[in-house]
Amino acid sequence: MAFLELEALGKAYGGVDVLQGISINLSRGEILGIIGPTGSGKTTLLRLVNLLEAPSCGNIRLEGLTLNDLTEKEKLLARRRMAMVFQRPVMFKGSVQENVSYGLKIRGKKDQQIVKSALEAVNLSGYESRDASCLSGGEMQRIALARALVLQPEILLLDEPTANLDPKSAAAIDRIIQSLVGQSTLVILATHNMLQCKRLASRVAVLMKGRMVAVGKPEEVFDLRQEHLMSEIAVPW
Amino acid sequence: MKKGSFGLEEIWGGLLRAFELIITLDPEVVGITARSLYISLASVFLSSLIDIPLGAMIESKEFWGKRGIISLIHTLYSLPTVTVGLLVYLILSRNGPLGSLEILYTPAGMVLGQMILITPIMIGLTISALGEVSPQVKDTAKSLGASELQIMITTINEVRSAMLAAVLLGFGRAISEVGVAMMIGGNIRGYTRVLTTAISLETSIGNLELSMALGIILLSISLLVNLVMNRLQRR
Repeated sequence: MAFLELEALGKAYGGVDVLQGISINLSRGEILGIIGPTGSGKTTLLRLVNLLEAPSCGNIRLEGLTLNDLTEKEKLLARRRMAMVFQRPVMFKGSVQENVSYGLKIRGKKDQQIVKSALEAVNLSGYESRDASCLSGGEMQRIALARALVLQPEILLLDEPTANLDPKSAAAIDRIIQSLVGQSTLVILATHNMLQCKRLASRVAVLMKGRMVAVGKPEEVFDLRQEHLMSEIAVPW
Repeated sequence: MKKGSFGLEEIWGGLLRAFELIITLDPEVVGITARSLYISLASVFLSSLIDIPLGAMIESKEFWGKRGIISLIHTLYSLPTVTVGLLVYLILSRNGPLGSLEILYTPAGMVLGQMILITPIMIGLTISALGEVSPQVKDTAKSLGASELQIMITTINEVRSAMLAAVLLGFGRAISEVGVAMMIGGNIRGYTRVLTTAISLETSIGNLELSMALGIILLSISLLVNLVMNRLQRR
């Protein structure tokens, strides 16, 4: 049984399909890179998996349990097994410490040590008491990642985590994602950066106009014969 | 001196006497002020417990008639205090729906009346403040595993200055109103007499010194509330 199974998943807004027939089985420890141009449905797919929105059709199964059939209370429990980092992260009012420990606090947990380790992992040690709203874009993105990592999620959803970042901040985030390889976390990384996808993903899914047009290992998907396809959908840096 | 006609000298003398009453902590002045504060603070506190979550619910849910309800709430901002007084009087009078509570002409009745009076402002300002919060804040909280209640608390915390301003505005309206206090409280000395009803009564019987002393206190409270609100809005 697959850890996470997407079956004929679709989403429409006002009668317009933005995702159609998305089917894929995913395992723990895998990093799935979702690559596609802007508007291809990458963010929508992540939002559906995170149960932020309900699919128009199809199913999402987590260890065999169909998530879209659950009650709101059960969905909350399922959502608490995941964490998502958005393309433009939002910092809550307060300090970095308050932001990073947010997910722990709402679960009734307090663990200063986990927060400290997460900040070390994102190279922001000593930032605990800083005002989160006064950080740079790169720092905010790393704090958002730390905020997700402290929860030790079984599924980590990353929506263009290095878009709009300087190369140094982007490399720091890449290193953190790389460190998750082989662990029990399933990472789904949406990006339009082909090199990042090649570097990090164990499998790649190509989205175009809401459809999954190719799935496979990076070396298969980024095969030279498909370069014409890649040039249409991704930024090669 | 003829009732209702005062010269500048009398007013000046009255003002000096009023300051004397305040500085010497005249028991009557202190008693009326303390009662006004606790009745209005109680009504604002209880109202906040109901109105802020209610405003947050209206803001966060999509339902038929939502726009109409928000328009009605805005219209009720200027609800005349005597109308609320009449309404609460009818509810609390012996034959009214809540007559069995026997809280007409009691501080509890006044608290209820003031709660009804400030409810539109508190709910309306909560809706406006929360409407300013980016939907991404809610999404982020939700994606990190927050429940509906925790999302509500997080969004309220994001606009806590505006929420505090709403509470202060509610308090300002409650402490300065006279209609509910007079009609529901009955202006009973030492029991339901508050700043506004005492000023009204003392002025009508020509006791300008006490009236001015209470007026200065009421004005000072309003000034303080406004200063705090302006400070919050600058944040």
